[in-house]
Amino acid sequence: MAQTEKFVLNMGPQHPSTHGVLQVQVELDGENIVGAKPVMGYLHRGIEKLMESRTYAQCVPYTDRLDYVSAMNNNLGFCMAVEKLAAIEVPERAEYIRVICAELNRIASHHVFIGSLTNDLGSATGMIYAFRDREKILDLFNIICGARMTAHYIRIGGVAADAQEEFLRDTQAFVDYVPAMLDEYDRIFTGNEIFQARMKGTSIITKETALKYSMSGPNIRASGVDYDIRKIDKYGAYGKFDFNIPLGEQGDNWDRYIVRLKEIQESANIIQQALDNMPEGPVMAKVPKVLKPPKGDAYHRVENTRGELGFYIVSDGSTKPYRVHIRRPSFVNLQALDSMCQGMLLADAVTAFATIDPLMGEVDC
Amino acid sequence: MHSGILYSTAQALREILMSFVGIPIIVDIIMTVICATILLLIMATSALVFTLGERKICAFIQVRIGPNRVGPGGLLQSVADMIKLMDKEDIVPRGIDKWLWVLSPILLLVPSALIYAFFPFDDGVILADVNVGLFLLIAITSQTILPFLMGGYASNSKYSLIGGMRTVAQMLGYEVPMVFALMGIVMLTGSLKMSAIVEAQSNVWFIVLQPLAFFIYIVTALVESNRPPFNLVEGESEIIAGPFTEYTGMRWALFFLAEFSNLMCIGILTTTLFLGGWHGPDFLPGFAWFWIKTFICVLFYQWVGWTFPRLRIDTMLSFGWKVLLPIALVNVLLTGVGIYIYNIM
Repeated sequence: MAQTEKFVLNMGPQHPSTHGVLQVQVELDGENIVGAKPVMGYLHRGIEKLMESRTYAQCVPYTDRLDYVSAMNNNLGFCMAVEKLAAIEVPERAEYIRVICAELNRIASHHVFIGSLTNDLGSATGMIYAFRDREKILDLFNIICGARMTAHYIRIGGVAADAQEEFLRDTQAFVDYVPAMLDEYDRIFTGNEIFQARMKGTSIITKETALKYSMSGPNIRASGVDYDIRKIDKYGAYGKFDFNIPLGEQGDNWDRYIVRLKEIQESANIIQQALDNMPEGPVMAKVPKVLKPPKGDAYHRVENTRGELGFYIVSDGSTKPYRVHIRRPSFVNLQALDSMCQGMLLADAVTAFATIDPLMGEVDC
Repeated sequence: MHSGILYSTAQALREILMSFVGIPIIVDIIMTVICATILLLIMATSALVFTLGERKICAFIQVRIGPNRVGPGGLLQSVADMIKLMDKEDIVPRGIDKWLWVLSPILLLVPSALIYAFFPFDDGVILADVNVGLFLLIAITSQTILPFLMGGYASNSKYSLIGGMRTVAQMLGYEVPMVFALMGIVMLTGSLKMSAIVEAQSNVWFIVLQPLAFFIYIVTALVESNRPPFNLVEGESEIIAGPFTEYTGMRWALFFLAEFSNLMCIGILTTTLFLGGWHGPDFLPGFAWFWIKTFICVLFYQWVGWTFPRLRIDTMLSFGWKVLLPIALVNVLLTGVGIYIYNIM
């Protein structure tokens, strides 16, 4: 009688599919996964602590490095928290530009999701197509603020500079391109038999599990929970736009993919509405050169690409925050990895990981 | 009895040697050595051509430019790659099974090189036209599993081990349907001889008579040569590079030499078994037709490979056993009935 034994495979921190430096200790029985334990902390930079010794304005660039593929959303979250704390009124035009940038960045981040997912499924071609389109958005950011990834464009009290004609024109061109782009994705991978076979019915997260793990973002919406901070809090200018929240049905890999594809279209709709109704006016509020928010604390949450991003800031009345805590959606979402991988094959662990779409910069903070 | 430039050149060479040496058996040996050298050169050149070709084609499919810095239009890229690989440090990991580990890449090249002896490149141009040619071919190509398993086991790495085990599971999945698919061709030809199989396609190619077998062969050939979407053995997103995870430099290059050689092999086999081999209109010589068809096949395999995502191991195995094998058996039955009807008519 042959004797078999389980073994632990350390995937990462140097592994092509961990999207950065994450270690997953996968317990395997042959190719079947018994358990998967994510080990985090390889990219810990102490951003929360660093912020304590920086002025509020100096903190903003650090948020770029949290979730570095959707930097605008992080800027937005932090700036809005500080604005709440210091009771700063943001001009309307700035709110609109913020929404355009945040949604563009959401699309760009979903491009990274699609790209890395297809790459993890073994089709490098899919990645190139997604990144080709992401490049268009990065070029837009280059026009508006001179940076591509770590934008640092949204500032406390507004945005760094007004949106140029060129930016608005090119954004319009991109929004017009979105349906053709999604159609191309459908033809390259969504409709592919092998792609569907790998995605459908694998790594299911039920509604209950998703709520239990307090997941957020597209991951929980794929499980059928209607939870989107943009709709619930209507922060910034989001209350003025009409958009749908795409929901999944059973919470498998396929749903998580489809929800994100639909979100790209919804984001494009929001951008279109913002472009059409763009008000004139200043883009920066009157913010004192030395910002000293009153003593107290504030929590503000935004819907970033990966879910509910919250900033809790405590002020002691000085120029620097006394304490900053960041609720990072990737970190919370990643906890579900183990229950997603139970009973799956080794190849599914990679797919499950890719569809949670965590970003190590945000997980480790 | 044979025609064609290659055949007459070889005959002329043989006569010249005969007049110098005089002893038939020694002339035979010299001729074999010359032919084997040419075949090995073809194999080595194919690796050089395909490293560039693969990258250029993949770049074209992926809306990129591809290598374009080394030499005119990137033509010397494979030379640069080769120099780089030779320059690399030869890392021997600790805790390995030394002999198996060293032998694995070398042994992998043997079957890849050996099967070139059974390919009819032109009318009468075949190094070993044995009467069990096809059988030997299948037997030799299935030997590539052993070096993979050896490398996977000897590397003392879990990724390698999983990759090595996958090779074996995979072979059980594809080898059986493939042999049954090729059975149809043998039934039509009535011979296992490679030259006879090509000869039988002088009027109509087997792709017309055996479409089911052709489909099965394409799928199983992709599996056999570890091309995507069936590159489970080296599935880079989960097990890094499978059995060759721990190899560096020239040892690693040997794996890739074998891979590209296998790619050309399945191109040649598809041509020989289904696309009429060297047959073609008269305005081009036979070997030209042969290479044109081979390169079209290789292009096709690369196109497939760069388009599809990878299958999961269980999907692949159940596809082999539950879909391909029944189709292959039905094909054998249909071929038998067809031959029977053809004979009584």
